[in-house]
Amino acid sequence: MEPWVVNVAIFVLAVFVGDHVIRGVTPALHTPLMSLTNALSGIIIVGALLEIASVEGGDLPLSAWLAALAALAAAINIFGGFLVTQRMLAMYKKRGER
Amino acid sequence: MPAAGSMAFLAYLGGAVLFILALKGLTTPATSRRGNWLGMIGMGVAVGTTLLVAQRPAWALLAVALAAGAVIGTGVARRVQMTQMPELVAAMHALVGLAAVLIAAAIVLRPHDAPTTAQRIELFLGAAIGAVTFSASVIAWAKLSAKLSGKPLAFAGQHWLNLLLALTVLGCGVTYWLTDSAPFFMAMVALATLLGILLIMPIGGADMPVVVSLLNSYSGWAAAGIGFSLDNPILIIAGACVGASGAILSMIMCRAMNRSLVSVLLGGFGAAQGEAATAAGASQRPVKSGSPEDALFLLKNAERVIVVPGYGLAVSRAQHALQEFAELLRAGGVDVKYAIHPVAGRMPGHMNVLLAEAEVPYDQVFEQEEINNDFAQTDVVIVLGANDVVNPAARNNPESPIYGMPILEAHRARTVIVVKRSMAAGYAGLDNDLFYLDKTMMVFGDAKKVIEEMVKNFH
Repeated sequence: MEPWVVNVAIFVLAVFVGDHVIRGVTPALHTPLMSLTNALSGIIIVGALLEIASVEGGDLPLSAWLAALAALAAAINIFGGFLVTQRMLAMYKKRGER
Repeated sequence: MPAAGSMAFLAYLGGAVLFILALKGLTTPATSRRGNWLGMIGMGVAVGTTLLVAQRPAWALLAVALAAGAVIGTGVARRVQMTQMPELVAAMHALVGLAAVLIAAAIVLRPHDAPTTAQRIELFLGAAIGAVTFSASVIAWAKLSAKLSGKPLAFAGQHWLNLLLALTVLGCGVTYWLTDSAPFFMAMVALATLLGILLIMPIGGADMPVVVSLLNSYSGWAAAGIGFSLDNPILIIAGACVGASGAILSMIMCRAMNRSLVSVLLGGFGAAQGEAATAAGASQRPVKSGSPEDALFLLKNAERVIVVPGYGLAVSRAQHALQEFAELLRAGGVDVKYAIHPVAGRMPGHMNVLLAEAEVPYDQVFEQEEINNDFAQTDVVIVLGANDVVNPAARNNPESPIYGMPILEAHRARTVIVVKRSMAAGYAGLDNDLFYLDKTMMVFGDAKKVIEEMVKNFH
């Protein structure tokens, strides 16, 4: 089997899992949900890291610099996304929980 | 699976499972903090695995990129105000789109290992969605942070232009796919960037909650597209989950605003026709108005009170004063609840965050479906800075443009207090019958000043 077939299978199943999980999220947490998904989208950093690491020795080609910029953008999302989510979630308290 | 053996694949899968558990944690506020930690661990596993399998990591370059990202991300997350969350989220969507485009471009331009035919179509899709996400999110960010006017910018034939542009993007992409010609890839990215701008310009400020949700979805699909070209399971799974999340949020927002996704995307809502309706609707019907002291008297003597906060409350930064006032009422034996409409803030769940920030306990805050049946047994409803979401016309006037929109049924309470600056119309540009009911008392003034006045005179 070609790899893209496996990819499509993973993708289709993951859409259903995502749909199921997200429908369970309480509406009160929809804003943290969005900032958490921003952080999770930062996973695209993996692509940037692999690209940088695939470069042969010597001078870095343009592609490595582009990938480094991508890594920077994704890292902002990862750190910013998780941290701001943490900040928000820490505010949600029950009565008498403070 | 190049550059990632079976062990790495399994490690990525483990990271993806942690991501799913992170999202699942948001089912309740009590489990949400642990969820966020699981997400961080999942990210750590994925990045760690990548660095382990990397053949020739350019460590210096990696370290600089990561450190700079950490400093910027941490700084922004610490400083951002909760009212600015929509802007921050839009900016982060833009970064995901940008990263997707840059990675795809890097793979296309790299001097070694030219992409296969199958990879080229994946690169094309990932880069096209990424470019649209990037430029559209930048415009959305500019509109939300008032760097650009929130008014829709429409011109004749724009939908045909967009269609033409989309077809050209497709044409360039297919040509790149078939011929492996980098210039066509670059042209495709440039045109998709332009398309993103044109798609978002005609959409008005009132529809931004839908747009931000939709771009959330796109950013996920872009990440999944890059995952396809790299045969990487965690990118595909995370991208699919984020894509599904944004799609569901868009649907929820559309339903709450009684709009179809298509009508939002075609744009032009909430501009000229809204102003015209205001002028026509400014009837000289009599309203009962009262002072903050009158409102205080009614609230103190009630048994059950429901507060309906709208974005006007956040604009006048009155959440903390409101929380203080509600605590005073509670101490006096009044049962106080908060009722939240899905579009009360500027993005899904925004008002809940703003109340949580003001230390309102989340178990006093209720969603529309949870609380709508309680209004009939409520003595006093106080509406603060909300308008369309309590307009009874949505229920009982089939002629009304918002007929069918789900509302908070404040009109069913025994007494209604509406705190508002003036009789001006809301986003939908409509007159609100609630204001003219016999049981309604209008208190004109800034929400924060009115609440502070009531706190001052409480005893």
